[in-house]
Amino acid sequence: MSHDHHHLELTGVGYRYGAKTALSDVAFSAHCGQRLALLGPNGAGKSTLIRLLAGLLKKQSGEINWQDAPLSQARREVAYLPQVDHHQKNFPLRVRDIVEMGRFPHLGHFKRFGKIDAEKTDQAIATMQLEDIADRQIDQLSGGQQQRTYIARALAQEAHVLLLDEPFNGLDIESRCHLSASMIELSESGHLIIASHHQLESVTDIFTHALVLDQKQVTYGDAKTVMQSKEVKEILHACHPAHTHPVTEHTSTDCCS
Amino acid sequence: MMEFFDLNLYQRAFIAALIIGYVNGFTSAFVLLHRSPLKLAAFSHSLLPGVAMAALLFTLTAITAFFGALIAAILIGVLTILLSRISKIHDETVLAVLYTGAFAIGIMVLNHVGSNQELEKWLLGNITALSDLDLKMSLVVGLITVSFLTIYRRALVAHLFDPEVAASLGIRTRVLEYVSFVILILVLITTLQAVGCVLAVGLIVTPAAIARSFVKTPDALFLVSGIVGAVGCALGLLASYYLDQPAGASITVVLTGGFLLSVLLKLKKGRA
Repeated sequence: MSHDHHHLELTGVGYRYGAKTALSDVAFSAHCGQRLALLGPNGAGKSTLIRLLAGLLKKQSGEINWQDAPLSQARREVAYLPQVDHHQKNFPLRVRDIVEMGRFPHLGHFKRFGKIDAEKTDQAIATMQLEDIADRQIDQLSGGQQQRTYIARALAQEAHVLLLDEPFNGLDIESRCHLSASMIELSESGHLIIASHHQLESVTDIFTHALVLDQKQVTYGDAKTVMQSKEVKEILHACHPAHTHPVTEHTSTDCCS
Repeated sequence: MMEFFDLNLYQRAFIAALIIGYVNGFTSAFVLLHRSPLKLAAFSHSLLPGVAMAALLFTLTAITAFFGALIAAILIGVLTILLSRISKIHDETVLAVLYTGAFAIGIMVLNHVGSNQELEKWLLGNITALSDLDLKMSLVVGLITVSFLTIYRRALVAHLFDPEVAASLGIRTRVLEYVSFVILILVLITTLQAVGCVLAVGLIVTPAAIARSFVKTPDALFLVSGIVGAVGCALGLLASYYLDQPAGASITVVLTGGFLLSVLLKLKKGRA
């Protein structure tokens, strides 16, 4: 099923923390099926943009639209996936409980968790191949399994846009391979994947598009074209003098081969 | 045993122990997940000046004590946030400064208005001396608390697990925090008259600490903590009668013993 017509459009988006400008003049249009990397040095505004899209920060200027209407009116369309180990530790929650949280935007406080919610939860668990560990406690899982649990929560939410904050951080090689494969599958099944990323060697392997930020939008476009731009190389390589492949930890561009 | 239930005084105290125990136990699950027992301990001390002011300005009744304590806790809470923001000193430090100050003022005011007995009553409580009105207030606060924690369970658990993800799911986390704070204070106040302001903290913390060793889901944690709270309070009251000890202390010792036992059991289970 094609979801290409589902599109996210930003125009003139900016954000300030007090007197400090974190982000300005962000304008791009992305649609389902894309995998968009947010690139830039530390403090470039990647997290700010993710938090704006996730609704965690209130937009101060510009427009963020989903399907030509303000994104703030379509919260359930966006799922936010924090870095692994972001949650409170030793919390008595199983994988299934966390995936069920994705149903909250559909249920609110008062609706009962019904048959359709159970079905969506089971489907999400199956899609992310978590059936065997669905009853395990979250803190007993590896970083990769936690990441898959969070993605399953986003699927149970039936969100079109998945926002991932540095998703490859803290994952072992095998988990990185699985995650990049999952991201590709999800975009091909009609999701728009947006992830902050700092491992430059793998950008073109994993992502179709790239947005380079440096407190403002530097450039946006096809990942291969962006990564070949001289200006981008200067900005990005200045803060990444040594870079390794996030999946193989080598400089090879072959992913999981 | 029959001798215990023959006494009207203890029949009423036993019902109070079950209600207060269950409500505190149920609430302790939230306190455990919220990781706020020490903050609550601080707030429990800040209730005393409210009670003292009620005694100074009005006749001390269950109602005036209730509202005095509630106003004192909210004042300390608001002042903590405000002074912490202005001074840039961590809120827990400001809270520690304010609650000890408030507690000291409470002691002075109670000293001014009455005897030391009055002070001891509020410090240690007396579950066998609860009036009908006290019991009714415990029941009403209990119903409000258990209903709130049950209805908003999904949102609360998501918020406590990861506040940012919860907010992105559309949960109004700040509103939940404020309402939860008021609910916790209400439970503390109704517990105050039963076991006193110091031991009230044990009741609103320990049951979930016991239950946590045996449960894997938040729903089970709430349910088991409630039962542990009710059983712990009832056993503590029975023990107080037969050992001729103050009920508040006896209940707290039973719960603390239960916690130590639960850790030993978990240790044994882990080794098995």
